[in-house]
Amino acid sequence: MAITVDEVFETAKMILYENLDIRTTTLGINLKPCVDSDFRIFKKKVYDKVYKNGLVLIKEAEKLELKYGIPIVNKRIAVTPVSLIMEAHLRKEKFLEMAKTLDKAAGDAGIDFIGGFGSLCQKGLTRSDSLLIDTLPDILSKTKHVCSFLNVGSNVSGMNLDAVNLIGPMLKKTAKKTKNGAGCARFVVFVNAPEDNPFMAGAFHGVGEGDITLNIGISGPGVVRSVVEKNKECDLTELSEIIKRTVFKITRAGELIGRELAKNLKIPFGAVDISLASTINKGDSVADVIKAFGIEYIGAHGSTLAIALLMDAVKKGGAMASANVGGLSGTFIPVSEDMGMVEAVKRKSLSLDKLEALTAVCSVGLDMVAIPGNTPEETINAIIADELSIGIINNKTAAVRILPIPGKKPGDLVKLGGLLGIAPVMSVNKYSAKNFMKRGGRLPAPVTSLRN
Amino acid sequence: MKKELSFITVIGKDKKGIVAKVSNLLYKNNINIEDINQKVMEGLFVMTMLVDVGGYKYPLHKLNSLLEKIGKEMGLKVQLQHENIFKMMHRV
Repeated sequence: MAITVDEVFETAKMILYENLDIRTTTLGINLKPCVDSDFRIFKKKVYDKVYKNGLVLIKEAEKLELKYGIPIVNKRIAVTPVSLIMEAHLRKEKFLEMAKTLDKAAGDAGIDFIGGFGSLCQKGLTRSDSLLIDTLPDILSKTKHVCSFLNVGSNVSGMNLDAVNLIGPMLKKTAKKTKNGAGCARFVVFVNAPEDNPFMAGAFHGVGEGDITLNIGISGPGVVRSVVEKNKECDLTELSEIIKRTVFKITRAGELIGRELAKNLKIPFGAVDISLASTINKGDSVADVIKAFGIEYIGAHGSTLAIALLMDAVKKGGAMASANVGGLSGTFIPVSEDMGMVEAVKRKSLSLDKLEALTAVCSVGLDMVAIPGNTPEETINAIIADELSIGIINNKTAAVRILPIPGKKPGDLVKLGGLLGIAPVMSVNKYSAKNFMKRGGRLPAPVTSLRN
Repeated sequence: MKKELSFITVIGKDKKGIVAKVSNLLYKNNINIEDINQKVMEGLFVMTMLVDVGGYKYPLHKLNSLLEKIGKEMGLKVQLQHENIFKMMHRV
């Protein structure tokens, strides 16, 4: 059956007026073959591999943008967790040099973010992991493109509280070294981190992956908001159906671009991540989808139900559209990168506590949350541990990207610049969990992990 | 020659000469029009042309910029997209 004018218009309208785009094409690269006892040769191999692949990725992605008339907003690279490849070069200055090498390779190729400068330390910290964390304030302040992650827990290993306890001090140092604490936006801490997530700052090339793979992140909160707005009277079952149908269509676009791009690059196609991801552009907001559901501002009672419905419908629609759904696949609710979220915080509709509740049903966690710079380190660690325990117990990915902004107090607005948006500083509970957090150790794996 | 079908979509306010301008450009560039449709939707004039760009000698971005130029002159949105994106999104 021929494609009708209505169908062409529907697609064109999504792209032209509702911000439908392929949010990211992320090339995962295995850096293990670059390891060399001669650090100079090691760095050169890393630079060459990243730079060459980055150039080709950008060239081929731009060709497809033109062919299909759909913007591919970000072209990115994720690498093997760097703590693994640095095991034989355990010196702080070498970690910094490796970060600078990756930063230069990405910058020279025209890649805006390169992820993977992190470690998998869900059960324990190697010397390499500890050194990496120790060097992060310098790395995040002396590079522009490098993103870092830590996976500090999983369903089967529990949560490494000793690793969590290193994060608060690290973030405070990073915040002091970067303008408005923005360096902290390039660091995310996970539990149950997916190995094929294409979205930054948490993308890395998992150790279970092949040599090279392409993952795609699609996005379209504007498209979903538009269909929800047109269906003001329908009940929740119908609403879920409408969202499923829409997400099916946008996921198919991602699948097409991903498959063709991987074929043109002559590499395997990894996963399509179907997460709804906001940007600061008008209308490109998950909070606005919730508003269209009939909730005045996100954070009001009813918001957790709304996010649960949205999240589930997105997954169902996406899962039908692609055999390769992976990554985080759900709904992001970053604060500073979503103008509807910013507005909700300003109106005191959304607090940190309600945001934590929302993350129990969304795909990630506390994302792009600014807090006062004088928040005690152990309170930052406790915020992180609270969020991550939701992931451990509920068998899901959970993450935290939090910015303790020096000199700022609750209610202040901080411009982070570019994609990172505007952060309203949120207040934190003034009482302390210091004596609890200093116990350290590991939260045992939950009983639900005993499945064998 | 192998067919390469793409859709040209024109969206905006209906004006005299839209079809003439686009089809003249296509004719000059050896691009055949396979199908043409138009409709008013949500208060907008929408025209779609299914065209075979298999015979186009230059890189596609050149055709894109020529179409964009017409769009700018007439205050319309003009897009060129390979038919596969519509097939993927609207057909199972």
